[in-house]
Amino acid sequence: MAAWLILLAPLVSAVLIWLLLKSSRALSSYVSVAAVGLSFVCSCVVFAGGDFTVSFNWIDFGPRLTVPIGLTIDALSKTMLLVVTGVGLLVHVYSLGYMHEDRSSSRYFAGLSLFMFSMLGIVLANNFVMMFIFWELVGVSSYLLIGHWYEKASAADASKKAFLVNRIGDFGFMIGILMIWALLGTVTFSDLEPAVAKLVKDPVGNAAILSFLTVAVLFVFMGPVGKSAQMPLHVWLPDAMEGPTPVSALIHAATMVAAGVYLLVRVNFLLVAAPMAQNVIAWVGMITSLMAALMATQQNDIKRILAYSTLSQLGYMIGAVGFGAAQAAMFHLFTHAFFKASLFLGAGSVIHGMHHEQDIWRMGGLKNKMVPTFITFGIASLALMGLPYVTSGFYSKDAILLAAANKSWIFLGLGLATALLTAFYMTRLFVVTFLNKPMSDAAKHAHESPLVMTAPLMILSVPAVIFGFGGVAKWFNLDVPHGPDPLHVPMLAAAVFVWGTVMGWFVYRNRQSDPIRIGLFARKFYFDELYDVLVKLTQETLARLSAFVDKYLIDGLLVKGATTLAFSAGFVLRFFQSGNVQAYAIFFGLGVILLMLLAFR
Amino acid sequence: MSLNDYLLVSGLLFAIGFTGVLVRRNLIVIYMCLELMLNAANLALVSFSRFRVAPDGMPDYHGQILVFFIITVAAAEVAVGLAIIVALYRARQTTQVTEINRMQY
Amino acid sequence: MGSLLFNVFALFTLIAAVGVVVNKNAVNAAMFLLLSLVGMAGLFVLLDAPLLAFVLLLVYAGAVVALFLFIIMLLDLKAENRRVVAPTALAGGVLVIFGFSGSLFKILQGFAPGKSLFPPLPTTVEDVKRVGMLLFQEYNLPLQIMATLLLVATVGVIVLSKRELR
Repeated sequence: MAAWLILLAPLVSAVLIWLLLKSSRALSSYVSVAAVGLSFVCSCVVFAGGDFTVSFNWIDFGPRLTVPIGLTIDALSKTMLLVVTGVGLLVHVYSLGYMHEDRSSSRYFAGLSLFMFSMLGIVLANNFVMMFIFWELVGVSSYLLIGHWYEKASAADASKKAFLVNRIGDFGFMIGILMIWALLGTVTFSDLEPAVAKLVKDPVGNAAILSFLTVAVLFVFMGPVGKSAQMPLHVWLPDAMEGPTPVSALIHAATMVAAGVYLLVRVNFLLVAAPMAQNVIAWVGMITSLMAALMATQQNDIKRILAYSTLSQLGYMIGAVGFGAAQAAMFHLFTHAFFKASLFLGAGSVIHGMHHEQDIWRMGGLKNKMVPTFITFGIASLALMGLPYVTSGFYSKDAILLAAANKSWIFLGLGLATALLTAFYMTRLFVVTFLNKPMSDAAKHAHESPLVMTAPLMILSVPAVIFGFGGVAKWFNLDVPHGPDPLHVPMLAAAVFVWGTVMGWFVYRNRQSDPIRIGLFARKFYFDELYDVLVKLTQETLARLSAFVDKYLIDGLLVKGATTLAFSAGFVLRFFQSGNVQAYAIFFGLGVILLMLLAFR
Repeated sequence: MSLNDYLLVSGLLFAIGFTGVLVRRNLIVIYMCLELMLNAANLALVSFSRFRVAPDGMPDYHGQILVFFIITVAAAEVAVGLAIIVALYRARQTTQVTEINRMQY
Repeated sequence: MGSLLFNVFALFTLIAAVGVVVNKNAVNAAMFLLLSLVGMAGLFVLLDAPLLAFVLLLVYAGAVVALFLFIIMLLDLKAENRRVVAPTALAGGVLVIFGFSGSLFKILQGFAPGKSLFPPLPTTVEDVKRVGMLLFQEYNLPLQIMATLLLVATVGVIVLSKRELR
């Protein structure tokens, strides 16, 4: 019962707001917050209880295809529920302050509630089809929220881009689901697991079936590639920062983008059966994390830096899944959700205080003006950079690096490089924004945000620190098994943290502008430009082709051909319309003669 | 006499009437020629009626009934047609078909 | 005897019909129509249909031709000064006539049963009785419809010939 309540409360709220409360901004925001609060409380209740599954058959085509609507409550989903509803609740509360002056905040809160509903649906889904449905719903709500300020062309474009890019991934995801169903005859996770185990053991026709499974898993992986913004479909996430900052915090940092990781962890048994696919996943994840970190070093928009940082951390998680360390991925997802949400909310607070200024080179000196934001942002940054032994981020990153080390030294190298860059760009961001001298009037007159916005920041700082400690993590079902560690990975991680931080400090201390300019990173490896050209090429070819068909085949041959035929036939025939009755009679007589000859041949 | 003789007379009469319809320009004369054509049909019908003898040895009178009706319809037709000609003459002051050619493109 | 009479009446009818077509004066044309109808009535008699011959004379000669003459007088039509026929119309007409007559000959040539003589009839031909019986029994409904048609025609003619239509 509580489980259903978790799922349905936000839906009820979304429907209520959309249908009834659109005109009342205050009421709709309270309804939304109350709904997510209820979800959170129910999640806590469920978390305290045992594992169970409730489900009913939704589509029943006999033994070949049965699709249930069901809720899975197990260790994995319980943890995820807490993350989603917990961060969600704080973001909702924060939104009360952030969206206070927005005239269409009803729509915003309705979208937020819809998002909570669909995200919780993904977390609770017990089969692929249900997950896919909520997967799409999440895409829709993300689209709605990115485009919340649709009057702004860039926001409208960004929402469109996010939606379309996600479509590509979702299409592959759907094909993957169909392939898995074709192979195993079921879409329910709990039935899939023994089926896969049987398949792997079965010696007959093993190679072909396993390669089919590998392809299917790779198609399924396309879903996370889109939703979790992995290379090469990562381009939508930085643009998605056009949405309101709380949305960026909730959807594009803490929860939705982690849905891909969650999905992979959920179907980890499939991945284990397809080692090839696992390798691909690992490579995609690690390359994404390194490239995103490189891009982050050269961005100037505070939210974009965080967005690339998110990309990078998601790459870690995906990579961890690829190493076969699903627990480590979940652990990092968990800690990352809190400190990244805190970072984004802090950035939102900064933006709010700076009157919607997002360029870090126009900030500076905010440490005195916005003390709570400064402190919480610092804590969350340290967590992201991985301050050794104190912050949660260190522990979870350490778990992933350890898994990478056990897989291959290349992955460890990539991971350490990313960690180094992370420390570097976060130092850059922090130093330039808070510690340097003010670089604009707005920065000189910045003000602290109201308590309703800073309180979530403070609350989020707590898990950013403590959730990494072994006991706490275990309590949240995040028991990460430690493998052998001949290289002393924690030491290496600590070393690169120090290295990156010190480097950042000395490069950016008291700078008025960026001393490093690397166009390749600033222009995001020219991905957007490349896609522009590609899209333009295919689109133009198709357009030309259809223009040709339209112009010459449809217009020319069919439309104009028909009119010309009718016109010319009429033009010829009208000479018979002489108006002379006797001429008609002659034709008539000739016709009679013809008939006579035909009839009496 | 044989049926073919009568049918030949009927056909020639029809042809003469049709020629009149085709070549004459006076509407009233065209009308008379139409009457000739109708009577050609009548002649053919009567000769078929005579040709097809019923079991009791009498001619087939069904054909004659049809002739009867044709004569009636022709009378009605002439009355209406001539009325139309009169109305037309009032409107256009002519009975020449070549001058009544408004219905053209 | 029958053959001679047939030839006479047939020639009479056809020549009178040609007279209708070629006559410039409409009144004369109407008179030739009358003659042609008389010949036709003769043919009807030869075909053992005296009743129809009578009806033809009564209705056509008595009513229709009189009506034609009446209208000609009413409209005060002069004999046509110009040529009666246009050359193009003549060409078309001749084409149609020859085509028609040609195909007629061809068809009649191939129609073998028509070449035999008419079968003989009983001496008394009671066609008034037979036609009357058929007309008022089997063809009663068509007869009523015909009566209605005549009524409609009468009303129509009155409406058409009224000067002020509205």
